[in-house]
Amino acid sequence: MNGFRLAAMHWKVGAMHELQYRVNFFLQLVDSAIRLATGLVAIYLVFAHIDNLAGWSRHELLAVMGIHILLSGVVRTFIEPNVFQFIYTIGEGEFDYVLARPVDSQLMVSIRNLRFWQLVDVVIGAVVIGWAVSGIVETTSWFEVVGFLVAVSCGAIILYCMWMILASAAFKWIRVDDTAQLLNGLFQAGRWPVTIYPGWLRLTLTFVVPLAFAITVPAEGLTSRLNGGTLALTVIVTGVMLLITRAAWLYGVRHYSGASA
Amino acid sequence: MRKLLAVYAAEMKFAVANQMQYRWAAFFSLTGFLIEPVVYLVVWRTVAEQGGPIGGYGVAEFTSYYIVWTLVRNMNLALAPGSWDYWIQSGRISNDLMHPVAVYHRQLAGFAGFKFVWILLWFPVAAVLSLIFKPELSPTLLQGLVFFVAIWLGYIIRFSLLFLLGLISFWTTRAQALIEIMIGAELLLSGRLVPLAVMPEWVERLAGWLPFQWTFQYPIEVLIGQLSNRDVFIGLGMQFLWVGLMTGAIVLTWRRAIKRYTAVGS
Repeated sequence: MNGFRLAAMHWKVGAMHELQYRVNFFLQLVDSAIRLATGLVAIYLVFAHIDNLAGWSRHELLAVMGIHILLSGVVRTFIEPNVFQFIYTIGEGEFDYVLARPVDSQLMVSIRNLRFWQLVDVVIGAVVIGWAVSGIVETTSWFEVVGFLVAVSCGAIILYCMWMILASAAFKWIRVDDTAQLLNGLFQAGRWPVTIYPGWLRLTLTFVVPLAFAITVPAEGLTSRLNGGTLALTVIVTGVMLLITRAAWLYGVRHYSGASA
Repeated sequence: MRKLLAVYAAEMKFAVANQMQYRWAAFFSLTGFLIEPVVYLVVWRTVAEQGGPIGGYGVAEFTSYYIVWTLVRNMNLALAPGSWDYWIQSGRISNDLMHPVAVYHRQLAGFAGFKFVWILLWFPVAAVLSLIFKPELSPTLLQGLVFFVAIWLGYIIRFSLLFLLGLISFWTTRAQALIEIMIGAELLLSGRLVPLAVMPEWVERLAGWLPFQWTFQYPIEVLIGQLSNRDVFIGLGMQFLWVGLMTGAIVLTWRRAIKRYTAVGS
């Protein structure tokens, strides 16, 4: 079966399951509203005292925040639930059932779960991005629009790769869910452009955990900072991340001894 | 009282042994937690560098504030209120109710025990942060002693507040929204996001009526020397007041909450 059709089927079932619990929509709305409000308060407080933060204006920082919220919604909807389910299945010895299926195991593990109501963050992120853009530019070139779309897609893929590399570590260390706290903590650093951080942190967030490519580069696309070279580098980094993720997964599967072995 | 102290000692010992088993997991969790203040520190140092001091906080004060923040945050980590939902729905709470020692005491002692391991793991991270950001800290003996008491009182206040919030699960299984609102309010009104001196004056006044700042900002400001001796002792008094209020509220709520519980399988 085609991978996309399989994913679509799983997501449809996942969405139908979540739609049974409609109160969760309002709970998610409250959660998202609070996170949005605290983010806006932080930006308001910063700009109550200065005109720009290391060269970034209020609306430009709003764009970074919007992309962060949007990608956070993507992670919480599609990626995080699958990674945690996988870590659980490894711990419980249920991964054998995944391997027994006639589908690529990484694909299967990546699409089984969907938290539908977390899509609220994707919508809120898009609204914040729209609000930010309306305050930044009067005209937008085709390159900027295409550049942003490519960069934000690469951002989502990079985040998927980061989570899957963490998930692959479960083959060896099993209890890696606490390590997810580290990843979540680092992801919070992406709420601000990496250019404001000191050199050591900027390098970490660019080459070790490539949040710079995942969040700051798409924001550069919205703020007329993006050039062809950076966009090309982002695509290359995304490709390298996909290769590393695949290698880590295959290595893990090769060394997985099975719950009943 | 002596028996209760023995229970605390045993629970804390057990918690230390438990955390030591998973020390790497705890280290990664801790490092993840500590990225939050580094972000705030970088942002507010940049703001102070560009725009000058705000409400008595310049580059040096912000640096000291957020470095001490990392220890205080470690100290006031407590039972997540969402745990109650699971305990009640799964019936796990029945086991705890059979125990001769109250859930409150066992959890309070357990989380206190965790802190010994977390602080041990915090030292290398704090050392690295201090080397990078070079905070200027020179507390007096009095400030050091009060800080030691204040972080424990702050822990008891925050633990009790979250415990009280968790008890709502006895009335509704949809307490999550309320918990989120409380955590959001805490972020803004405790000094966790920024020192309250940076906030508008009305926020600072509002925070004065709530318990949050006594768990975060107060202990930090004691150690970095932002408070006069008079304010240090007023703060300590406020912490004792909130411990008393929280304890009373928990006793009253617990009695009512437990009457609503129907054990699974009964």
